[in-house]
Amino acid sequence: METPLYDEIPPELFEKALDTEKQSDVISRPSMSYWQNAWARFKKDPLAMIGLVVIIIITLFAIFGPIVSPYTYDGQNIAIQNQPPSREHWFGTDKFGRDIFVRVLYGARISLSIGVMAAAINLVIGVIYGGIAGYFGGRVDMVMMRIVDVLYGLPSLLYIILIMMFLGNTVKSILIALSLTYWIGTARIVRSQVLSLKHEEYTLAARALGVSNLGIIFRHLVPNSMGPIIVTVTFLIPQAIFSEAFLSFLGIGIQVPMASWGTLANDAIPAIFTQPYQMIFPVLAISITMFALNFIGDGLRDALDPRLKK
Amino acid sequence: MILLDVVNLKTTFQIDAGNVQAVRGVSFHVDEGESIGIVGESGSGKSVTMLSVTRLLPENAKVEADSINFNGTELLKQDDNFMRKIQGSEIGMIFQDPMTSLNPLFTIGDQIMEPIRIHQKLSGEDAKKRVIELLKLVEIPDPESRLKQYPHEFSGGMRQRVMIAIALSCNPKLLIADEPTTALDVTVQAQILDLMDELKKKLNMSIILITHNLGVVAKICNRIIVMYGGLLVEEGTSREIFYEPKHPYTWGLLRSIPKVTAQKSKLIPIPGSPPDLLSPPAGCPFAPRCEYAMKVCMKYPPKKIGLSDTHSVACWLMHPKSPGYKMEGLYANR
Amino acid sequence: MPVYILKRILAGMLTMFILVTITFFLMHAIPGGPFSPAEERNVPESVLKKVEERYGLNDPVYIQYFNYLKNLAHGDLGFSFKQPDRTVNEIIRIGFPVSAKVGAIAAVVSVVIGVPLGIISAVKRGKWMDWASMAFATIGISVPGFVIAVLSMYLFAVKLKILPTYGLTSWRHYILPVGGLALGPIAYIARLMRSSMLEIMRQDYIRTARAKGVSEFWVIAKHAMKNAITPVVTYLGPLVASLLTGSFVVEKLFSIPGMGRYYVTGISDRDYSATLGMTLFFGLFVVIANIIVDILYALIDPRVKMDE
Repeated sequence: METPLYDEIPPELFEKALDTEKQSDVISRPSMSYWQNAWARFKKDPLAMIGLVVIIIITLFAIFGPIVSPYTYDGQNIAIQNQPPSREHWFGTDKFGRDIFVRVLYGARISLSIGVMAAAINLVIGVIYGGIAGYFGGRVDMVMMRIVDVLYGLPSLLYIILIMMFLGNTVKSILIALSLTYWIGTARIVRSQVLSLKHEEYTLAARALGVSNLGIIFRHLVPNSMGPIIVTVTFLIPQAIFSEAFLSFLGIGIQVPMASWGTLANDAIPAIFTQPYQMIFPVLAISITMFALNFIGDGLRDALDPRLKK
Repeated sequence: MILLDVVNLKTTFQIDAGNVQAVRGVSFHVDEGESIGIVGESGSGKSVTMLSVTRLLPENAKVEADSINFNGTELLKQDDNFMRKIQGSEIGMIFQDPMTSLNPLFTIGDQIMEPIRIHQKLSGEDAKKRVIELLKLVEIPDPESRLKQYPHEFSGGMRQRVMIAIALSCNPKLLIADEPTTALDVTVQAQILDLMDELKKKLNMSIILITHNLGVVAKICNRIIVMYGGLLVEEGTSREIFYEPKHPYTWGLLRSIPKVTAQKSKLIPIPGSPPDLLSPPAGCPFAPRCEYAMKVCMKYPPKKIGLSDTHSVACWLMHPKSPGYKMEGLYANR
Repeated sequence: MPVYILKRILAGMLTMFILVTITFFLMHAIPGGPFSPAEERNVPESVLKKVEERYGLNDPVYIQYFNYLKNLAHGDLGFSFKQPDRTVNEIIRIGFPVSAKVGAIAAVVSVVIGVPLGIISAVKRGKWMDWASMAFATIGISVPGFVIAVLSMYLFAVKLKILPTYGLTSWRHYILPVGGLALGPIAYIARLMRSSMLEIMRQDYIRTARAKGVSEFWVIAKHAMKNAITPVVTYLGPLVASLLTGSFVVEKLFSIPGMGRYYVTGISDRDYSATLGMTLFFGLFVVIANIIVDILYALIDPRVKMDE
């Protein structure tokens, strides 16, 4: 507002200001818990929400699609082999006359469950390993981390390939193979989280109360480092799906008749000139799923720790 | 002779939440060969003021002024190329944190040589000689081998000397030192200030020293400007500011300097916190924390009153209608 | 610096040692392989004889291990079980140069395109170039390499018929394989470089450079870039690993007679010794690459040697 002329300011304004007049209005916002805050932030990220919706849709299709569909994934019918997409067969048929749409849905079941299970196992192993290393520190930590460094130096896909070669090409062996390799990243993150939290006050408080070491690790440190751990695990799922698809695509992953997206794509290579749709659909499925999971991962990371936002 | 004349400078930052008015109408001048101190707490706008003059602010900053005149040239009308020519040559700047202000991946020698190569077109041996000269000037021992070293191989005080060497490399007319000693130990602080004092005399350059610490300006500044909340609240010679301060904020600053005396005395801080510059208060920015605040102080921004040729203050307490006041607890004689 | 290099080499040797040991014991764990008890063996006579010669089936395990290490020290990786007349060394000698050529081109392309793309995105932040590059980059890192390879094969070779689908006889033959290998890394490097640049440009020393009167071009090209490129240098190690595994797919799709293809067929054929031998070679390759990257990093950032 315009300041009046110097001499014309009313004299009562020169009385001392009361303390109440000096306070500025403080609008208090309702305080939310950390998780509510994070969820609110996540919701605001359009890509992350799209990713979430896509994954939910794919999961629902994977679970219910094959039940609802009139075709089975191994029902061969040479009469209708190699047909392009149509109203009866949304994704067309393959060289044995099988409905590709149903096969892709079954592939979803396999790929998604492998992804989630592998991520879960890696999470558990990583948390235990990293938690112990970080908490005990000192020489325990050094030795454990040296081992990790050595293993880290080589491409994990090589390990996976070797393990699969010896264990066979079943879902079980690929799960074992995946579980033995990706926990390293999780372990590192957990360890650094634990290291930084170790010195915070509530650890001291817990110890003063006589909580055992293991108790401290699992009841205090781990829950408070959940943020980065959740983000890491979310990215483990597309990594596992990718690894399985990669191996199956090369023909050294899961074998027929089990069909993951990777094997479907591999089967379709010879037909790429004549029936390209046989390759395109599984490949699209892989891409969309990985996109969606990556967006969710990015969204979670931004939601759980805004400081990391680029 | 006036070297730098700034009239009604206003600087705003555009952020997601709105516009932060960091500087809200500041005017001052610096003569040739004089050194002034700009004093204020964090957020007062003192650094932003000088960064606005030298055009070193990030892209989301908007700088407006009636005039920014340096050595006869109106800077507002010049393009970036012109500014680049005077940056480092006619105006030298020292920043607060010497560790982060030096590029960790280049040698000290390289970094000091850079402005010399750009502005004075020296190269090779000539440039190297000049670098060694400068290192000697800022009292860094063993310059020949030091110039091949990297910033992390120097201590904090040494790094700040290097920054000074860089700033002085092309004999600037104006040296701007933004909190040069804040990140340093107290003993090192004294050394750096001594160095700056000597250099001022030797090279006859003007200095603008920005700090939140009044003790620092006492030594080398002729005049002092006190800023608060993006505005200039008091300005005067060192003597006037230290012995005849008129603004309650200035008193607060003086009172809060810890005194090393025989008697134990309480530290008297200024209660409260700085104003929110996203939505600055309508009246005097210091009013909410001022023990003498009147109703008019909350409503209207105070007008600047000249008390002498050199001393002016922006405070409603100067108004004839104000009830007058008494300064509490200030030292009278020094 | 020499100490630093030495430490890196020692660490690499440790890694190789562990890998070698694992490989040795895996060899002995082959179900039905030459090292299994006589009753379970189902190995052709010719192979058995060779194994006897080289490994001494009746010697105690630790002597076999020692011989194995001795052979390795001479660079002898053994022979292929499926083609006993061929040594693994031969396979590598034939296949590796082919793979290396494609891989090296892909590596160079990744850096040469990825780094400037990232820098431009950072400098023109928020403008259309930034959006476009980052959209492309997001696709590049989300979509698996083999998908990209397959789709580009479909688009350019099948649909548009402008590029060949197999062999490596002309420069045109290189485009799709190199593209398939490099697209993912280009995307990753571009994103990495962009975020690194954005962070570096906010640093105080960039402001100091401007305060010295350095032109904007040199602020970016000299002061910012040297600092910003370090994460990319660190990525070069994983890049080599990813080009290696990427070569399996690309060589299969485009029928390139490189080491990756032999590796994959070796696995499907259950040619254990050849596979393990090649795995050792891959391992060594990656370890050496990582050592070189570490040295490169120390050359750029002198502070690294201090932290050791």
